[in-house]
Amino acid sequence: MPTRWFGERIPRNEDPRLLTGRGMYVDDVRRPGTLHAAFYRSPHAHARILRIATDQAKALPGVVAVVTAQDLPERIRGPLPKLIPHPALVHHKTQVALAGEVVRHVGEPIALVVAESRYIAEDALELIAVEFEVLPAAVDLEAAAKPGAPRVHADMADNIAAHHIQRAGNVEEAFAKAPHVFRERFTMDRGSSAPMETRGVVAEWDPRSHQLTVWDSTQAPIRIRNYLSDLLGLPQANVRVIAPDIGGGFGPKIMMCYPEEISIPWAAMVLERPVKWIEDRREHFVATNHERLQIHDAEIAVDADGRILGVRTTYLHDCGAYCAYGLTVPIVSGTTLPGPYKIPNYHAEYRAVFTNKTQTSPYRGAGRPHGVFVMERLMDRVARELGIDRAEVRRRNFIQPHEFPYDLGGLIYQDGVRLVYDSGNYPEVFRKTLDHIGYADWAAQKARHRREGRRVGLGFAFYVEGTGIGPYEGCRITVEPSGKVYVATSVGTQGQGHYTSFAQIVADALGTDVRDVIVTTGDSGAFGWGTGTFASRAAVVAGNAVALAAGAVRQKTLQVAATLLEARGDDLELAEGKVFVRGVPGRAVMLGQVAAAANPLRGVIPQEWEGPGLEATRYFAPPSGAFAAGCHAALIEVDTETGLIRFLRYVVVHDCGPVINPMILEGQVRGGVAQGIGNAFYEKLVYDEQGQLLTQTFMDYLLPTVAEVPAVEVDHVETPSPLNPLGIKGAGEAGVIPVPALVASALDDALSEEGVRITEMPLSPSRLREILREAQTAPTPA
Amino acid sequence: MKPAPFRYVAPRSVDETLALLAEHGAEGKILAGGQSLVPLLNMRLARPQVIVDINGIRSLAYIRRKDDHLHVGALTRQRAVEESATVRRQVPLLGEAIRFVGHPQIRTRGTVGGSLAHADPSAELPAVAAALDAELVVRSPSGERALSPGEFFAGYLTTALEPTEVLTEIRFPVLPERTGTAFVEVARRHGDFALVGVAAVVRRSDGTIAEARLAFTGVGPGPVRARGAEGRLAGSAGTSRVFADAAREAAARLDPESDIHATAQYRRDVAATLARRALELAWQRSGGRSR
Amino acid sequence: MSSDRVRATPARVPARRKRRLREPQSTMTIQFMVNGETVERTVEVRKTLADFLREDLGLTGTHLGCEHGVCGACTVLLNGEPVRSCLLFAVQAAGAAIETVESLAPGDALHPVQTAFREHHGLQCGFCTPGFLMSAVALLRDHTVPTDEQILETLGGHLCRCTGYQGIVEAVRAAARTWQR
Repeated sequence: MPTRWFGERIPRNEDPRLLTGRGMYVDDVRRPGTLHAAFYRSPHAHARILRIATDQAKALPGVVAVVTAQDLPERIRGPLPKLIPHPALVHHKTQVALAGEVVRHVGEPIALVVAESRYIAEDALELIAVEFEVLPAAVDLEAAAKPGAPRVHADMADNIAAHHIQRAGNVEEAFAKAPHVFRERFTMDRGSSAPMETRGVVAEWDPRSHQLTVWDSTQAPIRIRNYLSDLLGLPQANVRVIAPDIGGGFGPKIMMCYPEEISIPWAAMVLERPVKWIEDRREHFVATNHERLQIHDAEIAVDADGRILGVRTTYLHDCGAYCAYGLTVPIVSGTTLPGPYKIPNYHAEYRAVFTNKTQTSPYRGAGRPHGVFVMERLMDRVARELGIDRAEVRRRNFIQPHEFPYDLGGLIYQDGVRLVYDSGNYPEVFRKTLDHIGYADWAAQKARHRREGRRVGLGFAFYVEGTGIGPYEGCRITVEPSGKVYVATSVGTQGQGHYTSFAQIVADALGTDVRDVIVTTGDSGAFGWGTGTFASRAAVVAGNAVALAAGAVRQKTLQVAATLLEARGDDLELAEGKVFVRGVPGRAVMLGQVAAAANPLRGVIPQEWEGPGLEATRYFAPPSGAFAAGCHAALIEVDTETGLIRFLRYVVVHDCGPVINPMILEGQVRGGVAQGIGNAFYEKLVYDEQGQLLTQTFMDYLLPTVAEVPAVEVDHVETPSPLNPLGIKGAGEAGVIPVPALVASALDDALSEEGVRITEMPLSPSRLREILREAQTAPTPA
Repeated sequence: MKPAPFRYVAPRSVDETLALLAEHGAEGKILAGGQSLVPLLNMRLARPQVIVDINGIRSLAYIRRKDDHLHVGALTRQRAVEESATVRRQVPLLGEAIRFVGHPQIRTRGTVGGSLAHADPSAELPAVAAALDAELVVRSPSGERALSPGEFFAGYLTTALEPTEVLTEIRFPVLPERTGTAFVEVARRHGDFALVGVAAVVRRSDGTIAEARLAFTGVGPGPVRARGAEGRLAGSAGTSRVFADAAREAAARLDPESDIHATAQYRRDVAATLARRALELAWQRSGGRSR
Repeated sequence: MSSDRVRATPARVPARRKRRLREPQSTMTIQFMVNGETVERTVEVRKTLADFLREDLGLTGTHLGCEHGVCGACTVLLNGEPVRSCLLFAVQAAGAAIETVESLAPGDALHPVQTAFREHHGLQCGFCTPGFLMSAVALLRDHTVPTDEQILETLGGHLCRCTGYQGIVEAVRAAARTWQR
């Protein structure tokens, strides 16, 4: 089947709408009679609620309702659903819709105000009086992990939600016999995905038809629909959840059953008026899940040639006050850490710890940045200690192209499946990267810079990324008599271009123009079985479902057209929106005509059609994840007097198998790199000792602007995955994953004279100068 | 993030503004560019009962030379200052510093007077005013007074402005020939408030520093003049060594705070670096050559 | 400039007052131009221009990303200059001419700047895009051949979380060449 669209950098179908301001984000949803909601949120990190006084708020003109936990029906008063259970997750604590007895983090919602406008609702918040008994807060991660720390959950003996070990081989033996062992501690601090669009929910209840419609800025509309159905006691068929245009997701919008996602629809049902809640930016910082804080103690055992004998890491993962989403992030850290290297003996052990801070769940990278940071820093350490070139030491340890599928020895990935890399060519990715960045020449270049008084470093970092995990996604394709093709898929879209990339797959299969393929995503009413957009899986899992459905529709089209054209299916071709007999372009019929013919008003349709219409629904359930890989390299200049850094060049070589739309892919990579740069040098959520979040605005939580992000040169290697028909691998998180490791690598190189060794992220100019000073005054390491 | 209720009035003259402020006193707040005030209103960190919008008083926006000062109306938009060839020529320190104030979209609305009256400890214009010993003209019902920066800046986000007073004009001295100026700053990102900023003025007499001024931002509750270092610079030779020593001395006397963005130590160290760089630049621009 | 067409609602003036002071209001009726059309509405004075455009006029293309003047998603043109509409009150726009993203492509065809954004993949989720477009349009109206420094300075006042900015920069550079103005 000839491909005309797959692989092309075609402009996106969705752009005209978005460019002209005709997108529909949740806040753009306008329903007659809408009321507006605001939440009274806990000002304390940990407190018992003694009394809530809402009378004054209720009396404010324009206020329609003030709701607290006691007003909620029992079904939604208690802890909200546990999402991803795991045997190690002994204490799977989850949040509530409205806190009635205890608050466990600043920002936890206590009361819901519904009023004629958001302005009035916020006025009413100020009239609510809550009496608290402030409790000691567990804030610092290490302190919270110790026995005797203030307990976030009173029914637990401590704050350890889970203790989980994954092993391969025999690390004890490996370390005991190793000629060299190097140890290091690594810290990555809290960050927020901070999409430009905050969260929001609009809910509308029709009491006559008993239909609940919810617009939700979520990455998982179908699953939200299922939870709402369950929690509100409604048939799934009566609940429709639409994720309209979403202004960026990046992970935290996949969290399900945020308190507001439940209380707002419930309020709409009770009040019988649409209710809208749009999170403001300050709310977002405390109410939408965070991620990133983990502390790793790691060690690597190598032989005299730098070959890895074993790697061991024990780490603490900060759950925040709850862990509804489960252990995905620390599991992914532990299973991403091995990376592209052969590690015969491995031990990853973590404790997931509750703290009195906002809950955490995956944010782009989802634990992979930590694994990569640890492993790549250890490799650089080995190189330095043994005097081996840092590229060479990696080459000596790479899994080789002929060694796939590569089994990591019994580790279990986030999908519950044994960790096996499907395909890859790490040496080639690495070679291209080093080539592009000019590594061979670097020593001389660096010396030249140095003579000019400039401190420039070259860094690189390699990663392997598990993508495209199950359980499944689906797609239904329908050709209408107009000839246009309608595609409904189960995943939502937050800017990744599914309206275009999926259309490209379909257009190829059916021989239509990509602009005649209209994709609907993120609407449980259009497609009701699916999981969501996360973990770099939409293109792989939904994309393959799209391909399977498209293939089925193609077959049906040939079948029906064969009848119309009185030809054999084998002799037919699809192109330019038509079906025609190969070699006889005159004997053709429009795709729309075939669709019409497949749905006759009267008569008989053949058994082999298996029903009317040019329509098919297919699912793709991958047996395991597909493993993408890549390497980033950069030149970074440091002003040692001010601690400011500047990227001189930034290179990415990326392998996600065949690429549907290179323009979209590069956009994903570049966007990820920008977030990674944020993680490395700008973005840090800072809590004080009382658990107050000090960074609640964009003045303090600093997102990189155009001035801070370099132009990124992107090149590709393609190793198809044998695990799915399209052979593709995911790419959504590729840009962000290795950036902290890369920045550390480059800074170590730039500041090699001082012996700087970066082991923490994020940095800042101030912290970098501190590190420099510490390195300058430290005794020379043995 | 919606502001708390307030009432709004838009006077057409300074007299009317003063009368309104007299009427509403501490409950009233002047709204100029709004780039600093409105975020505070939206976050309900400021809750004035009455907003007095002076953006309609066009007579308060001007840039005019009078004797040896450039008079800048308080309501002059930062963007106008940025684009003014007059400012670039006659008060180059102001022209240089204004480009560090936020972003173009901020400067479209932000005003010179507003930035000074807001007195953010990390803002650029207070340091410029301090380095130049600009006069800040304040009008009250009882008349007009011209304050020095030392008199005007009273602490963290605090000025000597009474609730019933309006800053109407800032008079920047046009410096004599053979005077060079420089504004340098370090910020986390381009356009952010300064972690540390320095405004330097150096007047040259052949190879000697006749007079020097050094004002810092980001290292105290308001702009800080390094008078000790200034005293030592006066009469010294214009050499790199002299500038470095003066910068170090100036920085050593600073008492900055630590916050989530930078430690006090960092601010002090970078203050020394930037002061040195600013002095060198100012010296070069005065026509001097570095030795 | 033309006089403020602000009609204050009548106020009761206490007899004891020496002179008639303009009375601060909680609501006002204002008139101004939006996308070339005259608009007159009565609004609460604390309502921001952004909220007014979105709610009262249904122009939802202007987005709210932070409401404290940092992200730039709410950028519109006021008398041709880019401003953060979250930091203006609707009443402050009295007598002014406001342009929002909806004014760029009144028909089916895209504005050259919009076309450039599309061709250079200058948007992904689209949430920050209207703000960027308005700043870019203002820049290009003022400068036929903007320097890279000017482009970066203008774009520096906006946050984007999706694109990494490269596509946006390339789009503005391209639009400078393709937009005949």
